[in-house]
Amino acid sequence: MDADEKQSETYPLRRRRVAQALLQDRRGLLVVAGLGSCAWDITAAGDDPLNFPLWGAMGGASAIGLGLALARPESRVLVITGDGEMLMGLGSLATIAIQAPPNLAIVVFDNERYGETGMQPTHTAFGADLPGVAKASGFPVTGQVDDQGGLDAALPVILKAPGPVFFNIKVRAEDLDFVLPPKEGVILKQRFRQALLGET
Amino acid sequence: MSEWADDIFNVLIEAGVRQVAYVPDMGHKRLIERCNADERMTAVLLTTEEEGVALLAGAWLGGERGVLLMQSSGIGNCINMFSLTRSCELPLLMLVTMRGQWREFNPWQKPMGRNAKKLLTTAGFDVEVVSKPGAAAETVAEAAEGVFKNNCRTAVLLHQKLTPKKTFGK
Repeated sequence: MDADEKQSETYPLRRRRVAQALLQDRRGLLVVAGLGSCAWDITAAGDDPLNFPLWGAMGGASAIGLGLALARPESRVLVITGDGEMLMGLGSLATIAIQAPPNLAIVVFDNERYGETGMQPTHTAFGADLPGVAKASGFPVTGQVDDQGGLDAALPVILKAPGPVFFNIKVRAEDLDFVLPPKEGVILKQRFRQALLGET
Repeated sequence: MSEWADDIFNVLIEAGVRQVAYVPDMGHKRLIERCNADERMTAVLLTTEEEGVALLAGAWLGGERGVLLMQSSGIGNCINMFSLTRSCELPLLMLVTMRGQWREFNPWQKPMGRNAKKLLTTAGFDVEVVSKPGAAAETVAEAAEGVFKNNCRTAVLLHQKLTPKKTFGK
């Protein structure tokens, strides 16, 4: 195995702080989180009815974000997912690029690990280039963030720029406490629709 | 040809369906063309059918109704993603053109075609079958009403004899 086992343990950005930075001034932002660590990250930043954290559906986070962005063109939709989850649904990047919803941003917290299954290296640990895939699929705005300066520059693009936007944020591989959202899917659905639409 | 597809299109419009997710399919060719040509519809070309299951979950969270079009070979691509739909009790309407059941030239279509109804039932779907073109509109209309009123999951299987025969030039 050629992956550099140590590299991702020295990336400076910490995923919980990145989630906090993305969500601290969220006003009306609709957030979908891929299963596992990203669902815990957005919950640690503050549980919210307009969060839709996934407990399964691996590979589906970005497509859920697309359906939501098409349905609510006046709202900003942010998908936060992991590198492993994104790798399982790469085709959805090509699908999103065709529809090109300007209100959709996809952010990958890339720790180069399958965090929920024992921190095994993902394809990004071996060099797979997720923003490269997004760009080649037709995303007009793509980028990679490696440090705090990069994050500061990317935040307004992720939250406001006409998209679809795709950013890959390299984050430290670290074991963190679980901060769990509700796990009943019906509750997650109903509270989301109630907050957004006024009906369940 | 495929007047049933026009009937289904009208039913979908009437039912308020606005996102139409599809993997290109000969049997659904006419319906896909109608949806792409109509400004009221957003037709979403997928790379694989499971994307459509996820897409329509997002659509419903945003207050929009959708439909997923596929041929029977696509069912297997969706099985795990159906857990999302079922766990959250999301509505899902699927229109499935059948392969592997009627003068099928390609034996590799048989395994999914033969097991389509069984797999969908196991995954928690109600399954309706349309064998005559004249029954398509009413069946889809009833299915759509049930799906969106009661947050349930229904697949309408369109028998292979409704669709053009594929012969691979033989």
